[in-house]
Amino acid sequence: MVLSCSVCDVIVLPFICIFKARRCIRALKAVRAEHVAPQVYSTRWSSSTVPRITTHYTVYPRDKDPRWEGMEMERFADEADVVIVGGGPAGLSAAIRLKQLANQHEKELRVCVVEKASQIGAHTLSGACLEPTALNELIPDWKERGAPLNTPVTEDKFAILTEKYRIPVPILPGLPMNNHGNYLVRLGHFVRWLGEQAEELGVELYPGYAAAEVLFHEDGSVKGIATNDVGIGKDGSPKDVFERGMELHAKVTLFGEGCHGHLAKQLYKQFNLRENCEPQTYAIGLKELWVIDEKKWRPGRTEHSVGWPLNRNTYGGSFLYHLNEGEPLVALGFVVGLDYTNPYLSPFREFQRWKHHPSIMSTLEGGNRIAYGARALNEGGFQSIPKLTFPGGMLIGCSPGFMNVPKIKGTHTAMKSGMLAAETAFSKITDENLQSETAGLYIPEYKEALEKSWIWKELYAVRNIRPSFHNYFGLYGGMLYTGIFYWFLRGKEPWTLKHNGLDSAQLKPAKDCAPIEYPKPDGKISFDLLSSVALSGTNHEHDQPPHLTLKDDSVPVAQNLAIYDGPEQRFCPAGVYEYVPLETGDGMRLQINAQNCVHCKTCDIKDPSQNINWVVPEGSGGPAYNGM
Amino acid sequence: MHRSSEVKHLASDFNTRACECFGQPPVQPFESHCPVLTDRTVRVQLKVLKVKDGSVFFIRVKPDRTGVVTDGVKHSMNPFCEIAVEEAVKLKEKKLVKEVVAVSCGPQQVQETIRTALAMGADRGIHVEVSGKDYETLGPLQVSKIFAALAKKEQADLIILGKQAIDDDCNQTGQMTAALLDWPQGTFASEVTLEADKLKVVREIDGGLETIKINLPAVVTADLRLNTPRYATLPNIMKAKKKKITNVKPADLGVDVSSRLEVLKVDEPPQRQSGVKVETVHDLVEKLKEAGRI
Repeated sequence: MVLSCSVCDVIVLPFICIFKARRCIRALKAVRAEHVAPQVYSTRWSSSTVPRITTHYTVYPRDKDPRWEGMEMERFADEADVVIVGGGPAGLSAAIRLKQLANQHEKELRVCVVEKASQIGAHTLSGACLEPTALNELIPDWKERGAPLNTPVTEDKFAILTEKYRIPVPILPGLPMNNHGNYLVRLGHFVRWLGEQAEELGVELYPGYAAAEVLFHEDGSVKGIATNDVGIGKDGSPKDVFERGMELHAKVTLFGEGCHGHLAKQLYKQFNLRENCEPQTYAIGLKELWVIDEKKWRPGRTEHSVGWPLNRNTYGGSFLYHLNEGEPLVALGFVVGLDYTNPYLSPFREFQRWKHHPSIMSTLEGGNRIAYGARALNEGGFQSIPKLTFPGGMLIGCSPGFMNVPKIKGTHTAMKSGMLAAETAFSKITDENLQSETAGLYIPEYKEALEKSWIWKELYAVRNIRPSFHNYFGLYGGMLYTGIFYWFLRGKEPWTLKHNGLDSAQLKPAKDCAPIEYPKPDGKISFDLLSSVALSGTNHEHDQPPHLTLKDDSVPVAQNLAIYDGPEQRFCPAGVYEYVPLETGDGMRLQINAQNCVHCKTCDIKDPSQNINWVVPEGSGGPAYNGM
Repeated sequence: MHRSSEVKHLASDFNTRACECFGQPPVQPFESHCPVLTDRTVRVQLKVLKVKDGSVFFIRVKPDRTGVVTDGVKHSMNPFCEIAVEEAVKLKEKKLVKEVVAVSCGPQQVQETIRTALAMGADRGIHVEVSGKDYETLGPLQVSKIFAALAKKEQADLIILGKQAIDDDCNQTGQMTAALLDWPQGTFASEVTLEADKLKVVREIDGGLETIKINLPAVVTADLRLNTPRYATLPNIMKAKKKKITNVKPADLGVDVSSRLEVLKVDEPPQRQSGVKVETVHDLVEKLKEAGRI
């Protein structure tokens, strides 16, 4: 355990106070003079000094920090009936459903949605092939209202790729990846449309404000959230424009942060929500939008592949959707399961390499790339669903994780979970005879409603498909299992297979693995990382503490680099992590380019030391996806 | 200063100019000028512009080459306008100014930008409705006519605008407004001080800093170093919802927004050619001769 010395910004170990007073005071003065990150060294009992990387107040609390003495830390607070964290499909569906019910029953209900993106839809990224079941329930007249579902699926293709060839696999009706009746959408535009529907109904949307902290009543139930503070400098000290975030109190708070939300991470610990489920397993999805040659364009065509360039024991595959949005647009991407074992694997470079397969190149040749992005997604399915309700709050959407992995669809289940949460919350809030034990409402009816709904049946039926990949034959074993058990039994087999454990624990040490030779990007089909990141439009206020916080600044070099050769340099799809030589001679240090972050959460998931804790940066920072 | 060349560039070499200034591909004028009106005892009229966010690097030319794609692209208040709003609010906090009015010209979406200005501290907003084709061709001349008309109507004493919009880099609206109103102008202001009835403006010029004293009423355009804009915090955004925004049409102000300029073509900048490394001076001379440069 480390304490921070109250006199100087030096990390001290219990019973040992290595107190470099003059250096600290000089450093503090430099800090005040110009908000430039000083090379404040934290001295440890080991002989090497580690440059300070993390300055965030979640790691170095402000009440012990002398630079924060006397700062006004009061927060403005406001009351709502329901506060929803996250303006994605789940959050917005919940908001819309709440307002629909309120209007139906002629009740007043204040619903506030906070969203870290600067506009609704700007942080949304997905394939996506949307199953309209939930949408038909939520807004039956979506077509008249102009929902951007412009591309019904016309062709569905599945193949196994080898380095040079493509082996088509027939998609028999009944297999989960059959897409008849679904739509290819640009999910960012769909979410934007949902936002407009929500606003029309009177939902208060606040894009650009991130929920940074969960607030608790004295009885331990959730009181609401607080938005992020602004105006903190890169070194953690307050700037002139410092302002505290705002508190939003609610009777019940819905957390729809998407895959691996940072507040959900805290809630799991606080309320012990994961004690009876398996750890969540994840994948990273990278995506690009291309404008292709019109002659190659087949609107409505859906292509999926597995196999090359991944080996049979690394889960993953690709998608390529031809969209019908006026111009010859295709959405294509690559998904890699984050339980991969080789630390030299780079999901980004696998994606770029995949595009050079002859069958893919033929579609992309002559085209132009116009967008890029990445996001982690859930693969745990049924086995990994945690406890969903706790006093004062509920988890909805991809945050707890309702993705149907073999179908690769999670939007419809996320929306349905939001709707069910809204319905159960509404009846509880408007119940005049309610006697609640806790100040924040506890709504176990949500879980019961989910269990009775089609989400549960769907996820139960496909629960064994993903874990069936954990065998010697990997991909082929999994496909065999799906073909036999799923197609015949539809998941009715009495056993439930287990996952392999935490994704972060799967990496083998670098010395036991072979580095992978990736081809150089050619600038026409495949591209380098930095030009791709530029396309995501990501940006953050540069003078703020890096939001990729390390619990211990010395661990990256001591463990990640030493044992695993720094896998974060490779799995981050935005080039945030770099190991650079130390200015003072030999040795390396970790450099965090927080501005590049696209909020995919892969580092928080895959870090073998679980030392990286992603927290939310100042609101409106992050990618600027347009219809991804 | 560079007025004639700027007007010329509007019709032709769009891209290059913007690229030089900001290293970004240019964008169609997406102006929602929001002048700040100040009352006698100064009413500040702010110009608030909604432009494509400066951090969005990839802008695409429309397939029909009449402009750039703006649909769905992240937009935000023009950074120089943010500085202008901040300056007006600071003047109000010093009690030198009675009322700050934020004005923006454009379609429905600019209401968001006005709300941001209100959240930063402006008292009320005016939304001049311009949409569709008119909006695509809205340029500095039309906007300054609108401002001039509004300034007279609202009896403003001080108009503060951002020095230029980061999408078209025209740097004309402030100057034109002053000319139409026959008011003095303090452009590229890095410091503004109100002294009795006069305004002392420190201007950033090529040679350094120039300090001028101008009479009120006047037009000031904000440069980068004027101040650091405050954040529009959530409680202020919520309060701003209660502040009033009036809707006005250009016709009501007697302004004709038809454009005198026609955009003939918008092209992407030419692909940068890679350089060639040579080993000796002799090789260099040979290569230069080959390229016909010497």
